[in-house]
Amino acid sequence: MTSILTYTFKNLPNTSKWALQFSVRPLSCSSQLRAAPAAQTKSKKTLAKPNMRNIVVVDGVRIPFLQSGTSYKDLMPHDLARAALSGLLHRTNVPKDIVDYIIFGTVIQEVKTSNVAREAALGAGFSDKTPAHTVTMACISANQAMTTGIGLIASGQSDVIVAGGVELMSDVPIRHSRKMRKMMLELNKAKTLGQRLSLFSKFRLNFLAPELPAVAEFSTSETMGHSADRLAAAFAVSRQDQDEYALRSHSLAKKAQDEGLLSDVVPFKVPGKDTVTKDNGIRPSSLEQMAKLKPAFIKPYGTVTAANSSFLTDGASAMLIMAEEKALAMGYKPKAYLRDFVYVSQDPKDQLLLGPTYATPKVLEKAGLTMNDIDAFEFHEAFSGQILANFKAMDSDWFAQNYMGRKTKVGSPPLEKFNNWGGSLSLGHPFGATGCRLVMAAANRLRKEGGQYGLVAACAAGGQGHAMIVEAYPK
Amino acid sequence: MARSQRQLGTGVLVRQYIGHLAGARLRQKSPPHGSPHLSAFHFRPLQLKMVASRAIGSLSRATASRMLRCPGYICRSFSGTSALRTRTHINYGVKGDVAVVRINSPNSKVNTLNKELQSEFMEVMNEIWASDQIRSAVLISSKPGCFIAGADINMIASCKTPEEVTKLSQEGQRMFEKLEKSTKPVVAAISGACLGGGLELAISCQYRIATKDRKTVLGTPEVLLGILPGAGGTQRLPKMVGVPAAFDMMLTGRNIRADRAKKMGLVDQLVEPLGPGLKPPEERTIEYLEEVAVTFAKGLSDKKISIKRDKGLVEKLTSYAMSIPFVRQQIYKKVEEKVRKQTKGLYPAPLKIIDVVKTGIEQGSDAGYLSESQKFAELTMTKESKALIGLYHGQVLCKKNKFGAPQKEAKHLAILGAGLMGAGIAQVSVDKGLKTILKDATLAGLGRGQQQVFKGLNDKVKKKALTSFERDSIFSNLTGQLDYQGFEKADMVIEAVFEDLSLKHRVLKEVEAVIPDHCIFASNTSALPINEIAAVSKRPEKVIGMHYFSPVDKMQLLEIITTEKTSKDTTASAVAVGLKQGKVIIVVKDGPGFYTTRCLAPMMSEVLRILQEGVEPKKLDSLTTSFGFPVGAATLVDEVGVDVAKHVSEDLGKAFGERFGGGSVELLKQMVSRGFLGRKSGKGFYIYQEGVKSKNVNSDMDGILASLKVPPKSDVSSDEDIQYRLVTRFVNEAVMCLQEGILATPTEGDIGAVFGLGFPPCLGGPFRFVDLYGAQKIVDRLRKYEAAYGTQFSPCQLLIDHASSPNKKFFQ
Repeated sequence: MTSILTYTFKNLPNTSKWALQFSVRPLSCSSQLRAAPAAQTKSKKTLAKPNMRNIVVVDGVRIPFLQSGTSYKDLMPHDLARAALSGLLHRTNVPKDIVDYIIFGTVIQEVKTSNVAREAALGAGFSDKTPAHTVTMACISANQAMTTGIGLIASGQSDVIVAGGVELMSDVPIRHSRKMRKMMLELNKAKTLGQRLSLFSKFRLNFLAPELPAVAEFSTSETMGHSADRLAAAFAVSRQDQDEYALRSHSLAKKAQDEGLLSDVVPFKVPGKDTVTKDNGIRPSSLEQMAKLKPAFIKPYGTVTAANSSFLTDGASAMLIMAEEKALAMGYKPKAYLRDFVYVSQDPKDQLLLGPTYATPKVLEKAGLTMNDIDAFEFHEAFSGQILANFKAMDSDWFAQNYMGRKTKVGSPPLEKFNNWGGSLSLGHPFGATGCRLVMAAANRLRKEGGQYGLVAACAAGGQGHAMIVEAYPK
Repeated sequence: MARSQRQLGTGVLVRQYIGHLAGARLRQKSPPHGSPHLSAFHFRPLQLKMVASRAIGSLSRATASRMLRCPGYICRSFSGTSALRTRTHINYGVKGDVAVVRINSPNSKVNTLNKELQSEFMEVMNEIWASDQIRSAVLISSKPGCFIAGADINMIASCKTPEEVTKLSQEGQRMFEKLEKSTKPVVAAISGACLGGGLELAISCQYRIATKDRKTVLGTPEVLLGILPGAGGTQRLPKMVGVPAAFDMMLTGRNIRADRAKKMGLVDQLVEPLGPGLKPPEERTIEYLEEVAVTFAKGLSDKKISIKRDKGLVEKLTSYAMSIPFVRQQIYKKVEEKVRKQTKGLYPAPLKIIDVVKTGIEQGSDAGYLSESQKFAELTMTKESKALIGLYHGQVLCKKNKFGAPQKEAKHLAILGAGLMGAGIAQVSVDKGLKTILKDATLAGLGRGQQQVFKGLNDKVKKKALTSFERDSIFSNLTGQLDYQGFEKADMVIEAVFEDLSLKHRVLKEVEAVIPDHCIFASNTSALPINEIAAVSKRPEKVIGMHYFSPVDKMQLLEIITTEKTSKDTTASAVAVGLKQGKVIIVVKDGPGFYTTRCLAPMMSEVLRILQEGVEPKKLDSLTTSFGFPVGAATLVDEVGVDVAKHVSEDLGKAFGERFGGGSVELLKQMVSRGFLGRKSGKGFYIYQEGVKSKNVNSDMDGILASLKVPPKSDVSSDEDIQYRLVTRFVNEAVMCLQEGILATPTEGDIGAVFGLGFPPCLGGPFRFVDLYGAQKIVDRLRKYEAAYGTQFSPCQLLIDHASSPNKKFFQ
């Protein structure tokens, strides 16, 4: 009898989710309706699910995000990742040997350290018995690292996970051309002098032309900035609106930095250089200054400029994720629960950067929440134009009906709850590391500002997207 | 530097011309295994497809609601009363100090320059020029996919005298000259087809902005209709893009995509097409184009933007070279030589174009304009132009499905036999999004077929018509297999196995055991009667013939053959699939040889006779090509395959008896027994060697020809007689097909003959030829040859009817 009662009780919050869906789709399971609680300001008390382990973030850190080509330029990616891991160890005091698994996200791979998670973990002094792997999903690689960890904990494979991400844009692998590589490989196999000479005779000067890592979408050959400019035009987002949004991002970031709100940043003593303590891309300018810039992608009349785009960044982040009972047993006071998440994907040509628009209603529906329930929005800012286009798309019934197969729009997030401590435009965007920054910003904001739910969303190359609900851990 | 040489060298631009006009390209190497088809010619008849019909096609998708879009600002009436007058083709509004002139012809999917549009346009422009508040203008179409598709052909056709046409041309010239001299900058915002008169309008503006999408093409297709750009185009184009490029455009009539146009200097800016936003993409893209154009119009009137274009080094060198009279003369000479060689003097338009351009450059623009309008008028009166315009109209008709929409749209295709034909059909299907199964009996055969499809797509990647990613995603529509797995989902099965009735019967039965009830069985055969194939079918109403021509991806024609039992829905579905594959379609009744093969057979019989009479193969080839056929008659036999020709000759000979007599099939039989099968075996009338371009006559044929020699009849063996012996037999048989009801309309007869068999496009097809040449003259010739040779030359009744009443025409 007691068990039944407990079950019903546990099930209560969950039913409201059904009720919510019911209002949208009148035909779905009417029996659920009776259990729906009366209307309240928050749809739910907590997003805990029956028979599912609660997963918590104990804490997360990042080394300062720097514009590429600055203090980190002589390092390698695993150096940055190692610094983030050391910072995490220092911050949380977690015993290294209790970590079951380490996962890192990265995008542009350093060929020597293709499993950068493993190299960084070994270097940071983690047990050589702790396995580590590296994931990649463009700008949501770190999100993928976190959710991979969630999967391992939820399925009972692991209890303690370190997830993170790293990107070093100061150095990228530039390859020999395919022709040159082919010749070099054949040369390797050539046994006699004659064979070698005949191979050399095939050499042409154009073999020496280097091959840069792709800056363009593979499927469409379009650069992301170009696509962002077209997206902004499609949603009729003006240059001025974009500049204003970028200025907002920089101003808020500056304020947060000055007020010491960016508590996830850990100092990094760069070998041979000074200790880096702060992000260096935050530069609030004036609208007049920004208006002077020429379009960077669609010339001469486009709207996306260097000032309203995120810049190339070096950085790394890391996060300690645990099953709730494990964290409590170890005496931790977790910062937040990691709740429902979704991945979405859409047309990589014309909707490359609309991931948040697709992911937001889906994750809210999954969690049984509405936009009103969210206290802190943390969206990845690839471009001002991309954020504003997403706002317009989220606020359009026409778009929802014609492209997302939904009856109504989800609504755009209120600006006063949106990226209040700056975003990728100002803090920087090391591709593989941004995901953890977003989640930690949401968690820290909820603690600081006193809300319950945070929504993290991001777009990624390939026309993919991600969203996750972060719930504040009760104080 | 490759491009620079291309710009400078006139040779290349004329080479383009080959493909379009005379264009016989014999590039197929020995056909690998697969069904040998009589239709394996490698003709490239006149490619009319790029004319406005493409714009029409692309527009059919745009819904009416999108056309009635509401402008994003208030349309103000400008100069009081006159603006209140309702205009039907043009309306305009003002954004700030920029007038936005919108072209939108009523009740049509395309904008065409006709008299009303022109007069409304001038009216609007006069208001704009008169207004103090307007400082610049943007010219844009409200129809997605079409700026202006060209001048109204009927407007020109309705003129009775050359003087009328000259006047028409001069009106156009004056209008565009006024536009060119406008003190207020005019920006043409081009999205969709900008062809012919539309291009002439655009190049008269001060600035051009084009949408960079596939629908946006610029070109001067007039030459394909046997005329020339008659509203200043011949004078302005050379100044804008340079003489060599202008010749290339005007002599080939080819479409130029927006990005290429930008490089050539034909447009000044490109606008990227937009994806979905708060409105449908096409609608928002046009709006965006307008916004960008307005910005540029403002910039031009404020003198912030210059209309001068930075020329590249190559362009500067070219224009420097062109400033030397000697160089110019050499270029005219070279271009003219090549054109003469390629057209054999059969097409007057290209030569006149060269002449008019030359006049403009050498004697000044007044002389140039005058020459342009006069030559334009002369050309519109020529038989060649009438023939080509007839073909254009015919082609538009044959791009429609007169059987209506099929009950079920065919989405899943299965093709049996991965030979040259089967793989070709697969190639034109997968790139249109049809899920296609390609089945063959052997792994080797299948692999060859798959490679053919891949190569076809990859060649497009090399030409930058596709990206490698698009290629891969298109190629994934193809499934290659050896069994019948997945046939239960097929909506249509097209068999392209060997031309052998018992084999066709076997596959038909096998297929019918696995396909669903609604699935159509189509046979790609060139001569086997469909009703004989359908004889073993459980559901003959679902059996139809689809006769493709080789190479399938190049040849535009599809001949669809219906039997008495074929249902209307089956026909509708086959036509729908064919149209989707981009084909020009004729639908004919079943019978030995259908229409195309049947017309060709008597002509082939005459070819044999002529060879037996001692005419050299080379001589015969030159006689046929100088008449306008893209491939010489002897070469044609080699290309088709001597064994196939023999097979068809025997079959049709049995069916039609004496009328198909003349030459001796024995000639073909002996060639087959000696292994001279034509190109595929390396020897036929000619010797074919890998990598050797020039053909040598196969001297081993001398013995065979000598043993079958018949004495020529001197009164019917002049060069002209030889040509007419061939052509009149072709034409007589075509008319007979109409008489017997094999053909439904003369239009389809002309389209089939030109696009499938390479009948001289300048003659417009056998039926147009009868109309223009005169039925009586043809009957007279036939009677003369009948007297010499016998009944194979007896004119058919319908032809005699036309001869006896001169008012009777196939085309009114």
